[in-house]
Amino acid sequence: MILTWLILLPLLGGIPAWMAGERRNVARWIALVILVVDLILALLLLGPRPGLGSWIMLVDQPWIPSLGIGFRLGIDGLSLLLVLLTIGLAIVSVVISWTEITTRSGFFHCNLLWTTAGVLGVFLSLDLFLFFFFWELMLVPMYFLIVLWGHERRLYAAIKFFLFTQGSGLLLLIAILALAFVHFSATGIFTFDYGALLGTRMNPTTEFWLMLGFFIAFTVKLPAFPFHTWLPDAHTEAPTAGSVLLAGILLKTGAYGLLRFVVPLFPDAALSFTPVAMILGVIGIFYGAILAFGQNDLKRLVAYSSVSHMGFVLVGVFAWNALALQGVIVQMLAHGISTGALFILVGALQERLHTRDMRQMGGLWAAMPRLAAIALFFAIASLGLPGLGNFLGEFMILLGGFSDHHWIIAVATFGVVWAAAYALLLVQRTFQGQPGSAMAPDLTSRHLAVMTVLILAIIGLGAYPQPVIDMATPGITFLTHGLEVIR
Amino acid sequence: MADLLPLVPALPLLGSVLLMIFSRQLAARSAAIIGAGSVGLSALLAFGLAWSFLAAPPAGHALETTIWQWFRIDGFRAEIGLRLDPLSLVMMLVITGVGFLIHLYSVEFMAGEEGYGRFFAYLNLFVAAMLVLVLASDLLLLYAGWEGVGLCSYLLIGFWWRDPANGLAARKAFIVTRIGDTALLVGIFVLVTHLATLDIQELMRRAAQVWPVGSGLATLAAFLLLGGAVGKSAQLPLQTWLPDAMAGPTPVSALIHAATMVTAGVYLIARTHDLFILAPAGQLAVGIIGGLTLLLAGASALVQHDIKRILAYSTVSQIGYMFLALGVGAWSAAMFHFMTHAFFKALLFLAAGAITMRLHHEQNIFRMGGLRQELPAAFWSFLIGSASLAALPLVTAGFYSKEAILAGAWAAGPAGKMLWGAGLVGAFLTSLYIFRAVFIVFFGEAKTHISGRYGWCILVPLAVLSVLAVVGGFIETPARLFSRQLAPVFGTAATAPEVTGLMILAALVALAGIGLAALLYLRPVQEPADTFLRRFLRNDWGFDALYDWLLVRPFLWAARLNSRDIVDRIYDGVAAFMQLCHRGLKQTQTGRVRWYAAGLTVGSVAIVALVVLS
Repeated sequence: MILTWLILLPLLGGIPAWMAGERRNVARWIALVILVVDLILALLLLGPRPGLGSWIMLVDQPWIPSLGIGFRLGIDGLSLLLVLLTIGLAIVSVVISWTEITTRSGFFHCNLLWTTAGVLGVFLSLDLFLFFFFWELMLVPMYFLIVLWGHERRLYAAIKFFLFTQGSGLLLLIAILALAFVHFSATGIFTFDYGALLGTRMNPTTEFWLMLGFFIAFTVKLPAFPFHTWLPDAHTEAPTAGSVLLAGILLKTGAYGLLRFVVPLFPDAALSFTPVAMILGVIGIFYGAILAFGQNDLKRLVAYSSVSHMGFVLVGVFAWNALALQGVIVQMLAHGISTGALFILVGALQERLHTRDMRQMGGLWAAMPRLAAIALFFAIASLGLPGLGNFLGEFMILLGGFSDHHWIIAVATFGVVWAAAYALLLVQRTFQGQPGSAMAPDLTSRHLAVMTVLILAIIGLGAYPQPVIDMATPGITFLTHGLEVIR
Repeated sequence: MADLLPLVPALPLLGSVLLMIFSRQLAARSAAIIGAGSVGLSALLAFGLAWSFLAAPPAGHALETTIWQWFRIDGFRAEIGLRLDPLSLVMMLVITGVGFLIHLYSVEFMAGEEGYGRFFAYLNLFVAAMLVLVLASDLLLLYAGWEGVGLCSYLLIGFWWRDPANGLAARKAFIVTRIGDTALLVGIFVLVTHLATLDIQELMRRAAQVWPVGSGLATLAAFLLLGGAVGKSAQLPLQTWLPDAMAGPTPVSALIHAATMVTAGVYLIARTHDLFILAPAGQLAVGIIGGLTLLLAGASALVQHDIKRILAYSTVSQIGYMFLALGVGAWSAAMFHFMTHAFFKALLFLAAGAITMRLHHEQNIFRMGGLRQELPAAFWSFLIGSASLAALPLVTAGFYSKEAILAGAWAAGPAGKMLWGAGLVGAFLTSLYIFRAVFIVFFGEAKTHISGRYGWCILVPLAVLSVLAVVGGFIETPARLFSRQLAPVFGTAATAPEVTGLMILAALVALAGIGLAALLYLRPVQEPADTFLRRFLRNDWGFDALYDWLLVRPFLWAARLNSRDIVDRIYDGVAAFMQLCHRGLKQTQTGRVRWYAAGLTVGSVAIVALVVLS
């Protein structure tokens, strides 16, 4: 039951939040309470639960039995980590929107809760039809978040976001249906059950095209080169909470899809596709970095840095061994935290200076030393300083991939030099140099509290990652080992 | 005893964290006490540990302690563990000892500066990271320290953040060294993938078992580690960042960019010398890089106008000597020179800082002059440091360490003889450039206004370092105490016999350099006109310009050209094409039935024709 409530709670909670209308306090307290309860529910799953193999908990209810569609949910350590990240960042999003969102507060928090529910559903679904349902569910509220509370070019950005994700969603739907039919023709059973579809026999050509369908759908979301162009616009125009959710968790659904579906469902096609996928990842690392370097808009800079970081994730997924996959998990968590924090800081700057243009900044260390110091910290985290989470993720991915793909990995490793170029440029152009006349207050205590939590999280992840690794291990063993059995 | 070891880096780390959190609440005095005090305690502890280590060497000549397991996946482990052996002991003593003196100096030097607490926070963090680097028993932890010192270097070069030039120098330092760091990281991948451990001692053991001398993988790994060393230690071809790093406060230059961090590359190679023995090509490359760098940088130092840049090029050149020593297998000579260099170069920087702080931050030597009478403390310490750097025979520490290197080179075959020659020419350049500075700055007529006076925080470090710059050499000569202590690490055959004739020759060369400097500069000198050659040498043999054209400009050009993302333009093109089609089709929606009927007819006829004709 916990799994069902994990999703239902924010879904149902969105309604009273919506009803609150312009009563800001009511709406945000509803959202906050619901998310905290949700977090507690998720934390209940942390203890050991033997008997289900790598799964911590499973739900299997019939939904549309005639079509083989079931309400199938499952959680393993890997999903649980992402669930915790999702709820944690959703709470952060509510807290940092305290003063930023002034209109239609009820509907804002409703959308925030619904998109969270959609993401949670994506991380928990073990039925491909259900998965697709949640995949679509998380997009619509996000569209509203951008189009109603976004910045200057929000309409353009929202439509672009919608077209890219709907286009890839259509591809995903076709691929899912085709997979179900292929499975039907092979076994005579029509089902969307993930467990049953694993190991479906099909000819290599079919496998390749189906794999490609899933791959493109998920890499649009990740995003990987050359499908990344919706991301800078969406991130930049979204309100701060929207950027945090987009970067922190929506991107992770793409990575999760690659991990959970693309490689396990189509192992041989994925194997032969590995060089292409890895090279796309490496291109993304460098392409995102150089674009980040060239931006004047702070939010766009951070957005392109995400493209670069997600390139590492793509490389790690296709390296497909325990070390690299653990690296992917750590990288996802670290990126969610550090990029989320950077977006919050940029949002705070925009709230104060009414611009995101670095050409109009400089010397802000004088006016807001706390904000500057924390931004410096996360810039350094983002460029991969050992001891902080992002380094560990990248290190494990690269080391894991090195034995089989040494040239690709050696090239990818030099991406960290480019990361230093854009991260330090951000610090210099924004906070160093002659201070302008602009005076603005430093971070509020509410923001400081959030930042403290995020700083501790990223240090903890970098210095003592073993709990995270241990949690993810059974799920990863299931993925990698199951694959060996199929092969 | 091993339980106390983690406290040595932990104390400065704690100081740094305290200063970072409370830097705005703390008074300057408390910040100074925390900053200098934490390193002072760490130094006391380090000397205590050294005392008991030397009095009763532990089994295997090493103390080991694991603080915690960093992570473990499928039998692959990374440990947060420390290991104290004679090699890391030397490093630890120099880092905490010289580090404390420089902290003490900073208390006065930085007084009244904006961000006083922040300065000590960064400086403490540096000491902690540097200690982690040298004490790490695990290669990944070493890398963490390695990146940590790079970060602190960046933070401190750009400490005065209001001037964009400082920020630029800081970023340059970080990015250039990171190119080397990345090579080191790939080197770690190679080692771990083939030897399946991160423990440095175990890696070296397995390398010797698995790889024959001259094997391709050993050579590859050695060259990749060398890449990291070259970046951090500012050797060819990644030396360009160090002179610009002088933008940082002078104590930073003394501690990070002279005494400790820039010698991390030397430490890395010494630490992994077993690997370099397996890769003779790699080791030869170390020596050649050292020989070339010491000559090129020595020549550049000859034409600088800025006193700190003279010392910066001198540092590059002296680290070249250490690389040369490593290249010829004179491991303990390299470490010996590291130690004496830390004494006399820190002294020179602190003395230079003592000059500039009384001269309103004037750094051009041609606008100084006659400072001998006005600033006796700075004069004597700078003179002692210069004498030691120039290897003034018998009475200075620098003489003994440089002799050890030259003797090692001479004993190392034909390639070694060539390197010995480079070292000898370098010795001449060294004494020439440093005494050029001495004579121009301290002799002749006074040109500047002097203000202020020194407190004990400045004078004590100068005095202590002056003594060390003189007597530091006697630890090795005549009793060979230093190399005997390092024997468990490097083996006993590591020191070469000294040839008396060659020693005298080297001594004469050093004296000749001083003599020529006296001839040229012990008279009124004007700032010389810029010739092409001078400009070329002063700008580091054109390396900066070359990299600028080859790497920086293309990168900036591409970033600017593509700042609107060419891929996105393609998608926009698709969207625009759709709109065009939309507009075109809209034209046909005229509302006139005649047109619709005509269209219907034409369409029907066309379809019928298609069916009939096909």
